[in-house]
Amino acid sequence: MKLLTHNLLSSHVRGVGPRGFPLRLQATEVRINPVEFNPEFVARMIPKVEWAALLEAADTLHLVEVPKEPIQGYEHDENFLRKMHHVLLEVDVLEGTLQCPESGRLFPISRGIPNMLLSDEETES
Amino acid sequence: MDSSHQHNYKLNKTEKKFLRKQIKAKHTLLRHEGIETVSYATQNLVVANGGLGNGVSRRQLLPVLEKCGLVEALLMPPNKPYSFARYNTTEESKRAYVTLNGKEIVDDLGQKIILYLNFVEKAQWKEMGPQALPPGLMVIEEIISSEDEKMLLESVDWTEDTDNQNFQKSLKHRRVKHFGYEFHYGSNNVDKDKPLPGGLPDICNSILEKWLKEGYIKHKPDQLTVNQYEPGHGIPAHIDTHSAFEDEIISLSLGSEIVMDFKHPDGVTVPVMLPRRSLLVMTGESRYLWTHGITPRKFDTVQASEAHKSGIITSNLGDLTLNKRGIRTSFTFRKVRQTPCNCSYPLVCDSQRKESPPSFPENDKEASQLEQEHVHQVYEEIARHFSSTRHSPWPLIVEFLEALPSGSIVADIGCGNGKYLGINKELYMMGCDRSQNLVDICREKHFQAFVCDALAVPVRSGSCDACISIAVIHHFATVERRVAALQELVRLLRPGGKALVYVWAMEQEYKKQKSKYLRGNRISQEKKEEINSDASVQGLHVEQMPDMGTQDSVSSVPSINDSQEGGCDSRKVTNSKLPVHTNRTTFHSQDVLVPWHLRGNPNKDKPVEPLGPVGSHDPSPVFHRYYHVFREGELEAACQTLSNVSILQSYYDQGNWCVILQKI
Repeated sequence: MKLLTHNLLSSHVRGVGPRGFPLRLQATEVRINPVEFNPEFVARMIPKVEWAALLEAADTLHLVEVPKEPIQGYEHDENFLRKMHHVLLEVDVLEGTLQCPESGRLFPISRGIPNMLLSDEETES
Repeated sequence: MDSSHQHNYKLNKTEKKFLRKQIKAKHTLLRHEGIETVSYATQNLVVANGGLGNGVSRRQLLPVLEKCGLVEALLMPPNKPYSFARYNTTEESKRAYVTLNGKEIVDDLGQKIILYLNFVEKAQWKEMGPQALPPGLMVIEEIISSEDEKMLLESVDWTEDTDNQNFQKSLKHRRVKHFGYEFHYGSNNVDKDKPLPGGLPDICNSILEKWLKEGYIKHKPDQLTVNQYEPGHGIPAHIDTHSAFEDEIISLSLGSEIVMDFKHPDGVTVPVMLPRRSLLVMTGESRYLWTHGITPRKFDTVQASEAHKSGIITSNLGDLTLNKRGIRTSFTFRKVRQTPCNCSYPLVCDSQRKESPPSFPENDKEASQLEQEHVHQVYEEIARHFSSTRHSPWPLIVEFLEALPSGSIVADIGCGNGKYLGINKELYMMGCDRSQNLVDICREKHFQAFVCDALAVPVRSGSCDACISIAVIHHFATVERRVAALQELVRLLRPGGKALVYVWAMEQEYKKQKSKYLRGNRISQEKKEEINSDASVQGLHVEQMPDMGTQDSVSSVPSINDSQEGGCDSRKVTNSKLPVHTNRTTFHSQDVLVPWHLRGNPNKDKPVEPLGPVGSHDPSPVFHRYYHVFREGELEAACQTLSNVSILQSYYDQGNWCVILQKI
């Protein structure tokens, strides 16, 4: 699971709504997968990212410093884009857990795959 | 943060190693058991490795813990490699934390075990469900004398040749011998026309007569299976084949006691102690619905108090300890059934399954069950084979993905083997599917994918620029669930975002043009019989057809009510059995079971075969997937009930109804 995916995931336990985001990440195994650098692509991702959630996730993984917010004119700042490219697309969480911040429900990540299945009781409305 | 307050001096090498292991234990507890440890001192500790599941008994662990202070409670959950200890004061628990971390103790088998301790908020353990025996189950203690036990044990000669008339087999986890009829483990049945010469041993006959007279049993069995379990042996959880044996199944435990686990399909497990010389009687629900089995291990978790003998191992964790297993020989008596089973548990009954496919669901719960059995489980079983038939992407779907702006975030809900996830490298695509096995295949291709249900997608609202749902919505079994799945798709979209939806069409011939699905029939008859049927079968040999359907006028489509009460005949017949569709033919009903003939079974486990004959030796097992095929206009009608969305386009594409939605 890439951190960009983590940034899009949210808990869907019944009744938690927007408070289910961001999922608390705990990683026990992380791999770096080199991905070809595409500055335009990364620049397009930046405004779609929930920054606070990314900071928190990057922090739990002890990643190189992620700026507190996107710097001005980042579209043309290769240094910044490379950094974000690495954080968003190359860091791959293989083993760990995602935890719903509201209900505490844990979801396992195994072999890079988050299992977000809920039981019937957890989804009933 | 990890306990550094305990170790602010410089650590030596061993201490560092222990600290590492302790942290690892902490992570393992959280990851596998959901036990959250805390970094501050409390009265309560979780003792990793000090558990019944690790071969550590209460007798051994308690004195170790008590050296550090007064232990108020020691909870030892069954089969878990850890336990919880509550000390009288935090001072005492701190002492234990400091002195016992990394401590080596010797378990019941003489192996060295190292303890790792962490603080927890509460020393607690969930109750394990009802404290009652499965309905229909009885354990009668001391049913025979020690003399009879000895005689019975001596009557079984394990040294005889294997070609002896009374069939003897050494199975993987136990020794077994049959009398009366041979039980075939391949088919899990007996050959009713071939009784073994000699019948049951005389000694058994007289004992059975006695039990009948005393009322413990109601029928005289005619088949005996003798099993011998050494410590460490077991038998997998199973239900005795309904069609093979009558209701009453009894089992005599000789030589040693054992814990047998009974499991209800809902997941409730009841461990039951079968004392030496006791008779287990299974009838009704416990015989037909619950599985029973013996976990292969050398120790059982049992009640510590002497008073407790047979029956349930309770979840009173303050009273559990380990019991070393001895050699147990069981005499299981059954009566061979001569007529098909007519029990009240058709879901697990091989006799009743054969002729009765599932019914049309009448409510949400039944729909969910139908999907579980005839969509989710089937895809899980056929995943590899299914994936091998899903290589060519459909041109109009590719076109949709290619047309999206570079840098779009796209979710494929029900992504299957991920054949669309890599189409356009300028998109950030994530896939999800209900089937773990299919998601595994996506991951092997290095795609972003996760496991979830399309009714509850764990993606934040409004985060996607586009979504696709290809051949998914037709697997939901009620109109409400289909609409809910569509609404969930729309929820993911940002305003202006687009969703492409494909469902299988009832009309496989449209504007006088047969779909490829139907034409596949012609081809298959000419060539070999290729019956991998699906809307999405896209044989490479079939030429792509130019008929891409029409842009239907949205306003003229019938409402959902119309299509339900009007044309759709299958809806009127409620509580009817679902028809099984013949592959590569026109549909005669909207709600159908579509067979999948599994080829080259990559999964060594015996597949679940919902409708086929149980225990058949057919090399190509058949699975039945539930589909609701859509009539013309039905998909649009469903979409019109959604909020915040407009239909941009709708069309027919090779036997599928398709829409492109846009979020307002």
